[in-house]
Amino acid sequence: MTPDKLLALGQTALELGLVNGLTVLALFLSYSMLNVCDLSTDGCFTLGAAVGALVAIAGYPFLSIPAAMLAGVASGFVTATLQMRMGVQSLLAGIVVNTGLYSLNMALTGNKATLPMNKTVTVFSMAKNLLKDTPFAGQYTLIVMLIVVALVVVLLCAFLRTKLGLAIRATGSNADMVRSSSINPAFTTTVGLCVSNAMTALSGCLMAQQQKNYDVNMGSGMVTVALASLLIGGVIISKHRAIPLRAVGAVIGAFLFRLVYALALRLNMPAFMLKAVSSVIVVLAISGPYLRKQLPLMLKSVGMRRSSASQPEGGR
Amino acid sequence: MLILNEVSKTFNPGTVNAKLALDNLSLHIHPGDFVSIIGANGAGKSTLFNAICGSFFPDQGKVIMDGKDITWMPEHKRARVIGRLFQDPMRGTAPDMSIEENLALAAGNGGWLSRVSSADRREFQDRLALLEMGLEDRMYQPVGLLSGGQRQALTLLMATYHVPKVLLLDEHTAALDPGTAKKVLALTRSIVEENHITCLMITHNMQSALDLGNRTLMMDQGHVIYDVTGEERKSLTIQDLTAKFRQASGKALDNDRMLLGIEK
Repeated sequence: MTPDKLLALGQTALELGLVNGLTVLALFLSYSMLNVCDLSTDGCFTLGAAVGALVAIAGYPFLSIPAAMLAGVASGFVTATLQMRMGVQSLLAGIVVNTGLYSLNMALTGNKATLPMNKTVTVFSMAKNLLKDTPFAGQYTLIVMLIVVALVVVLLCAFLRTKLGLAIRATGSNADMVRSSSINPAFTTTVGLCVSNAMTALSGCLMAQQQKNYDVNMGSGMVTVALASLLIGGVIISKHRAIPLRAVGAVIGAFLFRLVYALALRLNMPAFMLKAVSSVIVVLAISGPYLRKQLPLMLKSVGMRRSSASQPEGGR
Repeated sequence: MLILNEVSKTFNPGTVNAKLALDNLSLHIHPGDFVSIIGANGAGKSTLFNAICGSFFPDQGKVIMDGKDITWMPEHKRARVIGRLFQDPMRGTAPDMSIEENLALAAGNGGWLSRVSSADRREFQDRLALLEMGLEDRMYQPVGLLSGGQRQALTLLMATYHVPKVLLLDEHTAALDPGTAKKVLALTRSIVEENHITCLMITHNMQSALDLGNRTLMMDQGHVIYDVTGEERKSLTIQDLTAKFRQASGKALDNDRMLLGIEK
């Protein structure tokens, strides 16, 4: 592989990593802070893509972004309401919303599974025109994404330092304590899921615009991919570090995931393996520390069985 | 001040595990009372606290605070006027967050989008200094790194940050080593006395039940079986208490966790 190709590969990985990084930041809020595994992520990602694509195709590239985020807020609100006020278990609430969103997405796009956006004016095509005659003409996607992700990271970190942000973090850490601070955990969970789903939808919206194509299946498996990225980021920057560092770590995790995936594709791994790889990473990252703790115990019990089996027969 | 009016609560009603945890219990707590509560395991002491806090709603009866019926008020709303400490020092604080962040939530200053100001920070430091545990120099450390005693002292500070109308202490020193327990108890006493907080304290230590406060309740099977205050209480000994228990409940106070003041 020539250095040129390697660089191009790195740039693509960085671009996609930044787009996905927004979903990873969403999970950073819901999974790491709020301690809720939001399984509606796949559907919400696609919802953001669908809404963003429709609004952009209608001729409003800038409006597509707040529109997609609002759709995400609505989706997060439904997921949160189901689990906090209607007695649906947290995981099930996500799955139910995820399933429902498929129909909603199909309905939104008029029963079309894909929406081509080749001729659509998007935030990326606008940036491309803007940077046409500058030395950065080839980096327009990267520049847009760097600005968006930097903005989201800064806003998210500022939000997490507010009283509401602290209450959201405390809800994931000790809900009893939130209640005794006269704050309703149902409220903090709802706000947290609305914000995180807004980021997921934004991620989907930008993905569709960057790929110049919307596909109803583009979000499938996204929750595992994002979780894998988040856990990779957690290995680089541990959970004992400051929140802004951890947020950056989450984005770096998304980039590394994309980089490894791109390299694997170069080495002739079929593209459909992406999801299997992300599943394996999630399993390793979550059960690795658990198994490491269990290992001495397992070795001991094996050792005991061995020593009792090897005792001489007439020993008693 | 705080009135419980014929409160009853049955857990798992209609099953073989049905348990009448509070049986038509009435209680009148006066302003400034420091009430110690003793009784065997399962007597309904913590259930009484849960009823006051709103952790569950009673099957019947009323909970009245300062003349206002709070029987159906959700738990987090009551928390404004009720402070509570549990036996488990881990329950009152968020371990992943720093001391400052925990205190910021307890203080609850400003609107939802406000941040900790430098004035808040100074106030937190001043209050932490009162604990004499050096926590004022560790404001940015996660609470999970603190010892049980430090966490319990911090919880006490948080629960009384805005002086509550009622402070509920559920064996809050039982999980601490004797030295730390003594210190936390002394802190409790000084904070309660300084702010004239009405306080209910469950304890398994009969000696501290008699030493602390102005009134002692003995509970058994969801009832208050003995309620003593004033001169009668002053002359009471641990032996009197165990005798009272036998007389009132018809059985010995055979609880291995009941400390007969040996600790002191």
